[in-house]
Amino acid sequence: MSTAAGVEVSAGNSPALEIENLTKRFGDRTAVDNLSLCVAKGEVFGFLGPNGAGKTTTVRMLGTLIAPSSGSATVAGLALGPANGVEIRQRISVMPESPGLYLRLSVAENLECFAGLYGLADPSSRIQRALEAVNMAGRAKDTCGTLSKGLRQRVGLARALLNDPEVVFLDEPTSGLDPVATHEVHELIDELRKRGVTIFLTTHRLEEAERLCDRVAIFSTTLRSVGRPDELRDRLFKKQLLVETVARLAAPEAVFGSVASVESWSAEGSSSYLLSVTDTKTAAPEVARALVGAGADILSIAEARHSLEDVYMELVDQDVEVSHR
Amino acid sequence: MKPNMSMARVRAIARKEFRDYRRNRFVVFTMAVAPVVFVTWALISILAIAAAEPSSALDTSVGLTMLFLLLVPATVPATISAYSVVGEREQGTLEPVLTTPVTNGEFLVGKALAALVPTLAISYAIFGLVLACVELFAHPAVSSAVFRAPLLLALALFTPLIAGWSILVGIAVSARSRDVRVAQQIATLASFPAVGVTALMSFGVIPQSLAVALGLAAGLLLIDSLGWRVVSAMFDRERLVTRS
Repeated sequence: MSTAAGVEVSAGNSPALEIENLTKRFGDRTAVDNLSLCVAKGEVFGFLGPNGAGKTTTVRMLGTLIAPSSGSATVAGLALGPANGVEIRQRISVMPESPGLYLRLSVAENLECFAGLYGLADPSSRIQRALEAVNMAGRAKDTCGTLSKGLRQRVGLARALLNDPEVVFLDEPTSGLDPVATHEVHELIDELRKRGVTIFLTTHRLEEAERLCDRVAIFSTTLRSVGRPDELRDRLFKKQLLVETVARLAAPEAVFGSVASVESWSAEGSSSYLLSVTDTKTAAPEVARALVGAGADILSIAEARHSLEDVYMELVDQDVEVSHR
Repeated sequence: MKPNMSMARVRAIARKEFRDYRRNRFVVFTMAVAPVVFVTWALISILAIAAAEPSSALDTSVGLTMLFLLLVPATVPATISAYSVVGEREQGTLEPVLTTPVTNGEFLVGKALAALVPTLAISYAIFGLVLACVELFAHPAVSSAVFRAPLLLALALFTPLIAGWSILVGIAVSARSRDVRVAQQIATLASFPAVGVTALMSFGVIPQSLAVALGLAAGLLLIDSLGWRVVSAMFDRERLVTRS
């Protein structure tokens, strides 16, 4: 079975999230416009976009905190709507950008409150397991107000794990954290992935999405693109080779123009050339032969890599251009 | 109360509130200061009543004392219930709570109970203390003016109803307010009208009788029930999380 966003979902394995034309308007302002996508069970899905793109609004809609203006969605197998609100919230967990802990209460007391709200049987062992999962078992009695921002974020994650959720929504989980704390949160997300938890991660940190996510959606009020990071790169950028020679080529046009798989080329410095090619694996040996034939000394021939940041900037720039027209 | 209301979730909300009160000196202070003032005032008033006072003056003095006592359930919960929603919103704790299966009703009942239980405990403890002092130290004429069934019934019945009104007003203001201090000021002022009806009874404007006490209690109960519906309708998750 194929779904709206192109994710292959096998029969009998319904997706964790299925969103069809979800729209949210606040008065005249459209925060989310016709969002359609699908997230498979066990997937770590990155939802990228600039500030004010509508990422948090999307999470709030899927978390049943706010009602969509139009469109539909299925969250953890249940149709999004007021009738299923309690049951959906029982099956998911949401960690907002700020963990929102009761700072006068201890870590354990915070988790006890939420264990009660989820109606968990045997809350003590669930709390213990959640704290162990985030390496906080020894800090259960600490007052939350005394914890560092990174530790508070860990408690927020422990809280998100209490109910063994089918889908975890993490809204900018590393926002404002230092590199060490960020690394710890990334490791925890990796752990969740190994356990098969579906994660919907909103972020504007591109390296975070690239490192953690199976697929990413680039979103700015509307869905700009969705796919694996390498797919997005291939889709958006032509295949390119970066050629470096020891000395400047005397007649580069003659060398590169003679190779059938080279579509175009440009000089990228004194002795570097960027070649747009039909296929890198075919083109690389052909270009090497042409250079050797021309008497050039080759330093390197490599596939030009584009980061997710390039993809993101390309799509966001397109948005800016459209908005300026 | 809806049949599918989870008492476990209500308890979780109320228990969290109790824990928070214990660690918050401001809450303990605001809960303690008004009852101390009112009980002191009430005791001084009642013990100062001269035995030779004419019966109408005696009734007025006793009525005034009872009014002080009923200010306790009006004022004690106003501050804490006014904090209940806007305080969580300011701390950033409201959104995580609302993403759990807790319903609006469960959340509000938990918050209301957390304000009602200490209020009733404090109020009835103060009534007991004042009545014991009257029995032990006041003139027998004053004592007999105080220990009258309609008056004691009014105290017993009106206490939870006045507290209920004060809590409902506090939560309603809190659900619509953007600032804790403003919410607490408005809620405290808005809690006083409920005492008005008992004031009329205390001062004899409305005749003191068992039937009148029961009738007024029924009226307050009706107002509280209607107030509950209004508060439930005012609790709008979307508005609260988007701050629109």
